[in-house]
Amino acid sequence: MSGLERRLTALVGRDRVTTAKTDRLLYGFDAGRGRFLPEAVVYAESAEEVAAVMRLAGELKVPVVPRGAGSGLTGGALAVHGGIILSLARMNRILEIDTENLLAVVQPGVVTAELQARVEKLGLFYPPDPASKEFSTLGGNVAECAGGPRCVKYGSTRDYVLGLEVVTPAGEIIHTGGRTLKNVVGFDLTRLFVGCEGTLGIATEITLRLLPKPEAKKTMLLFFSSIDGAAESVSAIIGARIIPATLEFMDRATLACLRGRTEIDLPEDCGAALIIEVDGRREWLDGEVARVMAVVAGRDVIGSVVAETAEESERIWQMRRAVSPAVRAQAPDRFNEDIVVPRSKIPQMIRRLEALSAESGIPIVNFGHAGDGNIHVYILTDLCEAGMEARVDALIEQVFAAAVELRGSISGEHGVGLAKARYLAMELSPETIAYMRTLKRALDPDDILNPGKIFLRGPDDE
Amino acid sequence: MSEAVVRKTPGRHKVLEDFADAIQRCVRCGACQAYCPAWSAGRREGNVARGKVAVAAAMLAGELGRGAELEPAARQDISLCLMCGSCTHGCPNDVPTAEIVGAIRREVAAETGLSAVGVGVAALLGSKTLMRGVVAAGAALAPVMMEKVPESSGLRLRFPLDRLPVVGERILPAPAGKNLFARLPERIEGQPGRPKVAFFAGCAITWLYPQIGEKMVEVLVRLGCTVYLPKGQGCCGMPALSSGDGPLVSRLASANVRAFMPLDVDYIITACASCGGGIGEYYLTMGGDPAILAKKVVDFTVFLEEEGVCERLAALPRAVKRQKVCWHDPCHLKNRGILAPPRHLLAALPGVDFVEMEGASRCCGLGGTFSVHHSEESGLIGEKKVEGVQACGAELVATACPGCVMQLETSLCRAELPVRAVHLLELFGEAEMAALADD
Repeated sequence: MSGLERRLTALVGRDRVTTAKTDRLLYGFDAGRGRFLPEAVVYAESAEEVAAVMRLAGELKVPVVPRGAGSGLTGGALAVHGGIILSLARMNRILEIDTENLLAVVQPGVVTAELQARVEKLGLFYPPDPASKEFSTLGGNVAECAGGPRCVKYGSTRDYVLGLEVVTPAGEIIHTGGRTLKNVVGFDLTRLFVGCEGTLGIATEITLRLLPKPEAKKTMLLFFSSIDGAAESVSAIIGARIIPATLEFMDRATLACLRGRTEIDLPEDCGAALIIEVDGRREWLDGEVARVMAVVAGRDVIGSVVAETAEESERIWQMRRAVSPAVRAQAPDRFNEDIVVPRSKIPQMIRRLEALSAESGIPIVNFGHAGDGNIHVYILTDLCEAGMEARVDALIEQVFAAAVELRGSISGEHGVGLAKARYLAMELSPETIAYMRTLKRALDPDDILNPGKIFLRGPDDE
Repeated sequence: MSEAVVRKTPGRHKVLEDFADAIQRCVRCGACQAYCPAWSAGRREGNVARGKVAVAAAMLAGELGRGAELEPAARQDISLCLMCGSCTHGCPNDVPTAEIVGAIRREVAAETGLSAVGVGVAALLGSKTLMRGVVAAGAALAPVMMEKVPESSGLRLRFPLDRLPVVGERILPAPAGKNLFARLPERIEGQPGRPKVAFFAGCAITWLYPQIGEKMVEVLVRLGCTVYLPKGQGCCGMPALSSGDGPLVSRLASANVRAFMPLDVDYIITACASCGGGIGEYYLTMGGDPAILAKKVVDFTVFLEEEGVCERLAALPRAVKRQKVCWHDPCHLKNRGILAPPRHLLAALPGVDFVEMEGASRCCGLGGTFSVHHSEESGLIGEKKVEGVQACGAELVATACPGCVMQLETSLCRAELPVRAVHLLELFGEAEMAALADD
């Protein structure tokens, strides 16, 4: 038994520490690219254990990488510099649902969809809905500030976190925010920790704001002959002061991947499609559907389906869920970038992407949460082809440059992690990056907590 | 006749290398966590399909040892699988983890003996003391019956002797004085023009629940079918498959091919979902004669629905006194997409008020030999299952797999719920039977 394993065992017991080759391999990956073997895996069951592990890691100068479901796409849960993978998956209790104050208190390992199912039974609603919600954890959602289709109306994870219990890099337990909607005492540390990608602290208890569950919803599927018609419709709907619950976009290439994988008839000459869902009071929805239809009229709409029943709505969403697997099956290597632009810039961004695909000769498939400006850009390629890696790198950089130029961002919801660290300076000024790194260095001088993420270099390596 | 055929194309078990492409298809998204019952019980990466596929990939890449050299931690992960197939059901890329796990178990078992897989099933194969042990543990199994259980029967794998505490806690059915084959003839002539079918009974129905088998045969006879019940049939092989005993699966498959192939029936009917998974699904992957046999296998719920049984039952007057009944999807029906037929049958039964329970398709936690080797995890999975039963307020949980019935009964009993688990066929009374016959 190694010294590290012996010390960890003393903290959490023999059955919750492992250094077996198998476990190191299994915790060497997440849902993104790259593989880095940790030295040990620890399964924590309380904030006190997390704090004890942090203190030990500080003493031994060993990195700690917190991990929930390992479903992140940018390498946030990878042990880039080895060390300890600290699994929080077992801290999965819903501690409280307060129906009077409309809030929930959870441990970080609770799966997002499990909380949603529980609160919806009580007529309540937790809106953030990342595509991985059936298996991703709320701790991971908080660390990455997860989004999803409903962000267009309801905002992302950061808009629902009221308070946190956090273990700091020094192994102390602190509390931020609380159970009130308003709170202006001291810095808003809650917002600092949300989206910090596990580099500043580890959330061990999360207090989440809940909403009343919308009474009803109505789903529409619109087909367009041109991609411009669809992209301009997105901007026009928002411009007309309509905020749908979701506003999803699919381009021609996405629809081509879907043929044969959905029960819905896709018109042959269809160049793009939108899925629009409105929610709220039942008697209000028909009027809202009519308003949407009026806005899109004359914008190359060649067909529409308005779901009248839950089954019809489900058929439309089944089609949307089939997109990712269908696209993934198209090429041996896929790069999924989640750029975001101001919503009025969607038509421009889409045109830029089409041009970039044509210029580079590399297929790009675009779909996503267009209503909040967030487009998933899937670059389909085969890295075995000679010189392809460099071509793809150049293309990704051009995609990011276009998003930044339109005053958008290189990541809407996946985070920077390892995958986007080298592009950070495209979006953030040197002063902004320095400010962030000063914070990180002050709180974690030895770079113990999730090193190698967000920033390319270590804290003392200016 | 069939001797020659069998020797010519006995089928083969796939090996890990056969799954190289399937293993590559895993993109490690982690979606299997939402479906894997073993994950929910332990929440370690090695519990879930993604981890097991990673073990397989590492074995192929030479990063972990093969066969006897496989690290104990990896063996433990591979043993922690119910082989329920739920992960494949939810996998965006259809990675067949249960089949991959089966291949690894066979590889390890072939080199180290069966005892290395999980905890020692080999020593119990053919153990004459099994019967004594079970009786001593207080399970009311008649000695005469256990003596008649063949040594190759899956029952012996499911309740091995050295895990007596589990056997002692498990709810086993009351002893059956006469097994199914002693109760029924090998052939019952039907009406001309009606289907010729064979009934594959399986171990549990043969030895523990012969009354379910009798109901099955009666239903088929009332429908006018010519029914064969060949005595030469054996275990489907699922428990042996689960414990990695490839040679035993092959022997059983050959015996079943010999028993059924010469009959030339239209369908082979199963009333046990796991058996259907064995002779209907696994045999397909073996190729050769087992695969030919597999193509004839039909679950009874599918057969009955196609025969118009739902309409006939629905035409009966509703009973005054009805029972609230929910449905549990056995993994080996769910994975074959058989979700609607049993629900249609239940809803049509005049004495049943069908209610849907939450998590109906969640595994019960039995998983072949899983419940023996991992009794704690199995118990946790069962606990979760029972929550749905309790919430829907059913008086009975119906299902179509005797293994599930046993596990559900155990879980319901542990939760101290006044709910019983039954096989769907047990809900067929005289009125229902009478409705099946053509007048």
